[in-house]
Amino acid sequence: MPEIKLSENTIQLIKNICAEFENKENELINVLHRVQGKLGYLPAEVQEVIAKELNIGVARVYGVVTFYSFFTMIPQGEFPISICMGTACYVRGAEQVLAEFKRQLNVDVGESTNDGKFSINCLRCVGACGLAPVVTVGGKVFGRVAPSQVKEIIAEYTQSNSADEAKSA
Amino acid sequence: MTVLKKQVRIALRNCGVIDPEQIEDAIACDAYFALGKCLTTYSPDEVISEIKTSGLRGRGGGGFPTGLKWEITKNVESDQKYVVCNADEGDPGAFMDRSILEGDPHSVLEAMAICGYCIGANTGLIYIRAEYPLAIQRLKIAIKQAEEYGLLGDDILGSGFDFKIEMRYGAGAFVCGEETALIHSMEGLRGEPTVKPPFPSVSGYLGKPTNVNNVETFANIPVIINKGAKWFSRIGTEKSKGTKVFALAGKINNVGLIEVPMGTTLREVVYEIGGGIVNGKKFKSVQTGGPSGGCLTKDFLDTPIDYDNLVAAGSMMGSGGMIVMDEDDCMVSIAKFYLEFTLEESCGKCNPCRIGNKRLHEILTKITEGNGTVEDIERLKELSDVIKDTSLCGLGQSSPNPVLSTIANFEDEYMAHVKEGKCPAGQCKSLLRYDIVEDLCTGCTLCFRNCPVGAITGERRLPHFIDQSLCIKCGVCFEKCKFDAITLT
Repeated sequence: MPEIKLSENTIQLIKNICAEFENKENELINVLHRVQGKLGYLPAEVQEVIAKELNIGVARVYGVVTFYSFFTMIPQGEFPISICMGTACYVRGAEQVLAEFKRQLNVDVGESTNDGKFSINCLRCVGACGLAPVVTVGGKVFGRVAPSQVKEIIAEYTQSNSADEAKSA
Repeated sequence: MTVLKKQVRIALRNCGVIDPEQIEDAIACDAYFALGKCLTTYSPDEVISEIKTSGLRGRGGGGFPTGLKWEITKNVESDQKYVVCNADEGDPGAFMDRSILEGDPHSVLEAMAICGYCIGANTGLIYIRAEYPLAIQRLKIAIKQAEEYGLLGDDILGSGFDFKIEMRYGAGAFVCGEETALIHSMEGLRGEPTVKPPFPSVSGYLGKPTNVNNVETFANIPVIINKGAKWFSRIGTEKSKGTKVFALAGKINNVGLIEVPMGTTLREVVYEIGGGIVNGKKFKSVQTGGPSGGCLTKDFLDTPIDYDNLVAAGSMMGSGGMIVMDEDDCMVSIAKFYLEFTLEESCGKCNPCRIGNKRLHEILTKITEGNGTVEDIERLKELSDVIKDTSLCGLGQSSPNPVLSTIANFEDEYMAHVKEGKCPAGQCKSLLRYDIVEDLCTGCTLCFRNCPVGAITGERRLPHFIDQSLCIKCGVCFEKCKFDAITLT
């Protein structure tokens, strides 16, 4: 993984978050939640700063980050696509929907497209089983998704973006 | 309406009835009355005795008697104790706790305070999934409003009893539903389970006695206090009292949360409340207990649902996920699906769970790809037994259940995969083959135009062909063909 040089501002931001939790080591998960909320992901360099602030080993931070599926060390796409793989969604065809997203975007689960627009992830149940199969893009929820709708969903985001670009041009 | 006729709402009593962001609404529906009653007229022992008499058992899946748990925690001497609400609802296909927290957060807060009063704790912690932002927001509002009314905080209702509630967030780990793992996660560690004893009741959060209960368990408490243990214990079966909330989902017409008395049969749930199977298809199985449970066949449709009957039938109550499957669902694939989940969620601490489940998954994959043998099925059974016997926590001990129960109930389906190379439900793609019947094909090019991978070739008005090496078996051509010229074998 290429090394990332954190800016002074970012380092200060992380330090402030740690200070808010009184630099207590048992607040590690809360700290990680807040930092990921601000930065989008938790690369190794960020983990080093947190470890130093909370006075614990980097291995401990890394251990926690990699244990929980909510934390990621890879930047997400501009529009993160999440396919629910809960049981209700699975029996209603989520696997086919996922396969179609992978095929259309030509990326695997956990990866981002080259232009950084989309990334695909699997979720374990968003608790909206009545709408199965469920796909979320950013904060928007798509229910009862069929593989044939996948193209439209992707288009919704690529088009709205090119429209924005056209406007700003 | 038949959907409602069979239901009794205790845990969900206020969901959808009150505005969860207005404490006045909740109070109008008796919220905090039970807490007031406990603080002013009952001793902690009397409350515990009432809960014990009610026969309430843990709704998170284990079914441990709640009153007994409280009593054990109460009897441990300590300067500091904790009440923990387990809201880490990780079961795929289950959303009972989310609905209670979003629809009636005060019922949980009130019950936690009652528990604190009983066991001698002044701090409550709610461990909730970060994936439930609305529930988190509503809990925060509810805690704030309860504090403003003096129903939480210092000297509640002038009784001298202090109780505050804080939130702790999960980060996506199924194993954190296990008590010891949950406590480690709250301490900012990896959520790995540890050996019990010591039980959390003796040594839990930060080494202090900790009483952990599930959301739904807590939601039952105020009603038991208000209406009495006798009233509560009249509902249900001999050993399982009260009601259970189930998240009914899958191939069923009425999807959603239901709350039924223990002892209701699966048939009543599926056909009367659930309104039967989607598109009039044939019922095949109900999966209960999530990744730790099993699949029940139509032979169990008339079994009254309670903790003990479900275990005897080879499944378990679990937290209440109930997924209905029809004739199009392949049970080998379903077992594989659950194993995938377990694989991802195994914390990796114990070898049988970490490595054993991986091997189970490999064998199941081999079977769904048409390369399985009869010996593989024996191997699955043997390995499953070892994993069950040698894993430390509930996740490992129950992870082979979906495999064992599908083999027990649908052995013919496994046999069809390994002996005939066929998937009776038509779901295992490696075992499917789409062909175009030359005589029936009119050469309309509809399949050719719709094939997403260009596997179909042919001239207009002449029969088309499917290149099997390119075909991804998506079935689009089969659906599109207007002349039934495409066969599926």
